[in-house]
Amino acid sequence: MENKTLSLDDQFQERIDRGENIEAKDWMPEKYRKTHIRQISQHGHSEIIGMLPEGNWISRAPSLRRKVALLAKVQDEAGHGLYLYSAAETLGISRDELMEQLNSGKAKYSSIFNYPTVSWADMGAVGWLVDGAAIINQVMLTKTSYGPYARAMVRICKEESFHQRQGYEIMLSLCNGAGVQKAMAQDALNRWWWPSIMMFGPRDEESPNTEQSMKWKIKKKTNDELRQQFVDQTVPQAEILGLSIPDKDLKWNEERGHYDFGIIDWEEFWNVVKGNGLMNEKRLKDRNAAWDEGQWVRNAALAYSEKQVERKAKKIA
Amino acid sequence: MLKERLYDYLLHLGDNSMILGQRLGELCGHGPELETDIALTNISLDLFGQVRNYFQAAAAIKGDGATEDSIAMLRYENEYKNTLLVEQPNDDFAHVIVRQFLFDVYHQLLLKELMSSKDETIAAVATKSIKEVNYHVGFSSTWLKRLGDGTEVSHDKMQEAVNKLWRYSLELFKPTDTEIWAAESGVGADLDQLKPIYLEKIKMFMDEATLGLPEATVFQYGAKSGRHSENMGYILADFQYIQRAYPNMKW
Repeated sequence: MENKTLSLDDQFQERIDRGENIEAKDWMPEKYRKTHIRQISQHGHSEIIGMLPEGNWISRAPSLRRKVALLAKVQDEAGHGLYLYSAAETLGISRDELMEQLNSGKAKYSSIFNYPTVSWADMGAVGWLVDGAAIINQVMLTKTSYGPYARAMVRICKEESFHQRQGYEIMLSLCNGAGVQKAMAQDALNRWWWPSIMMFGPRDEESPNTEQSMKWKIKKKTNDELRQQFVDQTVPQAEILGLSIPDKDLKWNEERGHYDFGIIDWEEFWNVVKGNGLMNEKRLKDRNAAWDEGQWVRNAALAYSEKQVERKAKKIA
Repeated sequence: MLKERLYDYLLHLGDNSMILGQRLGELCGHGPELETDIALTNISLDLFGQVRNYFQAAAAIKGDGATEDSIAMLRYENEYKNTLLVEQPNDDFAHVIVRQFLFDVYHQLLLKELMSSKDETIAAVATKSIKEVNYHVGFSSTWLKRLGDGTEVSHDKMQEAVNKLWRYSLELFKPTDTEIWAAESGVGADLDQLKPIYLEKIKMFMDEATLGLPEATVFQYGAKSGRHSENMGYILADFQYIQRAYPNMKW
C-alpha cells in the first residue's frame, strides 16, 4: 500500500513536470488539494473583500463616467470571486463553507484591502498599483498546474489589465489637473506604494511554502522575483506621471539591470496580516453584516424553489 | 420656451434613474449573495447609462458650457425632479426589491411610450433602454414572488416594505406642468393613461407574490416639483461631494 501511494505521488509529479493540467476528477495528493483550496479561496476572498474599499467611492465618484467605470470594476471583482469560488468548489468545498471561513476570520485574504481608501486618488492608485501587482501574480497563475484555476485566471487577467489601465488613467487625469489634484495623487502613491510591494508576500527566505509550490507549478517565480518585476515596471510609470516614489533608496542598478529599493517594514506587514490593520475589523464586519442580513433572503429563495418543485409535482400527479 | 420645456423634461427622465442608480450603487459589495450583488450593480449601470444619454442631450440644449456632470451634480436640492420613491433608503433587501419593482413597472410603461416620442433623442434612448428595463422588471418581479411567497419571515418583511413604500408610488403618475406639456406635444408620455395599466399590473404581480396593497393609503407627492424628503440632502452630499469640494476641475 505504502509503495502504491508513493508511486501515485511520483506519477502525479511526472504529469506536472510534463506540463499537463490536473483536472478536478484526477487523482491528486491530499496536500495538493488542500493547498489549492486554501490558495484559490484566499484569492476569491480577496476579490470579494476587495469590493469594499473601492465600493467606498462609488457614491462619491467625481463624474458620471467615473462612476459607471467604478461600478463596472467592482462588479467585475464580484464576478472574479464567483469564478474562483467555483474553481475551489471543484476541489470539494461548498460556497457556504467558503463564506463561513471568510466571515469567521479563519481564511485569509490579501492584506492590501485592510488599508483605507481615503481620497478619490486612491481609486487611481489601487487600480494602478494593487491591480498592477495582482496581475503579475495572476499572469504567472494562468500557467499553474490546476486546470480550473488556470482557466479562471485567463479570464480574470484580461479584465484586470483593463482595470489597471483605468486606474493609471485616473492618476494621469489627476496629474495633468490642478495642483490640488496632483497633490492628491502623490498622497495616494505615498500611502499605497509600500503596501503594494508587500503584496508579493514575505522574502523568499521566509516563505516556507515556496519550494513545494514551485514543484507543483502553483508558482513559477519566487516572491522576491515577482516583487522586483513589479518595481521595475512601475518606476517608469511613476516618472511619466511626474510623481515620486516614497523610497529614498530607490535607484537604478546598472550592474543588476534592476532597480534597488529600500527595506520593507515587515513588522507592519505581519501586523496587518494578523488583523491589526486600520480596516481589518471593518472589512469583516461589513462582510458578516451582508451575509447575516441576507440569510432570510437565501432561506426564502430556497423555500420558494422547493414550493415550485412541489407544485409542479402536484400538477403532474 | 420649447427648449426650456424639453430640457426640463429630460431632467424628469434622468433624475429618477440617477437617484435610483445612486441608491443601488451604495449597495455594491453588500448584497445577500454574489449573484444578486452583480445583478443590482448591473441595474445601477443601466440606469446611469440612460442618465448620461439624457443629460448629454440636456447639456446640448442648455449650452453655455453645460455638461452631463454639471447637470447631474451641480444643481441645488430643490432643482432635482426625481420622485420620493427612488430616494427612499436601502433599509433592507425587501425595501430594495419593492422600491425597484414599483419603479420598474412604471419605467417599462413609460419607455414603451417614449419609443415613439417626437423627440428623436428621447425615442432613441427609450428604444435602447427598453431591453434593459424589461430585464429589470423580470429581476424585481421574480424576487417579489420569491420573497413574498418564500418563508413566513420573508413574506412579512416584504409586506412591511410594500406597506411603507406604496404611498410613494402614485407620485410617478401625477404630472407636473412639464409632463403635461410633454404629453400634449407628443414628446413625452401621457401619465394619466398609463396609471390604470400600472395599477392593474402591480395588482397582478402582488397577487402572484401573495402580497397585498395597503388600504386607505395617504399618498405622498412633491419631490417632482422639488419638495424632497430628508433623504435627498444626504444622497446629494455624497453624490456632489467632489464636484463641490473641488470646483471646475477635470476628473
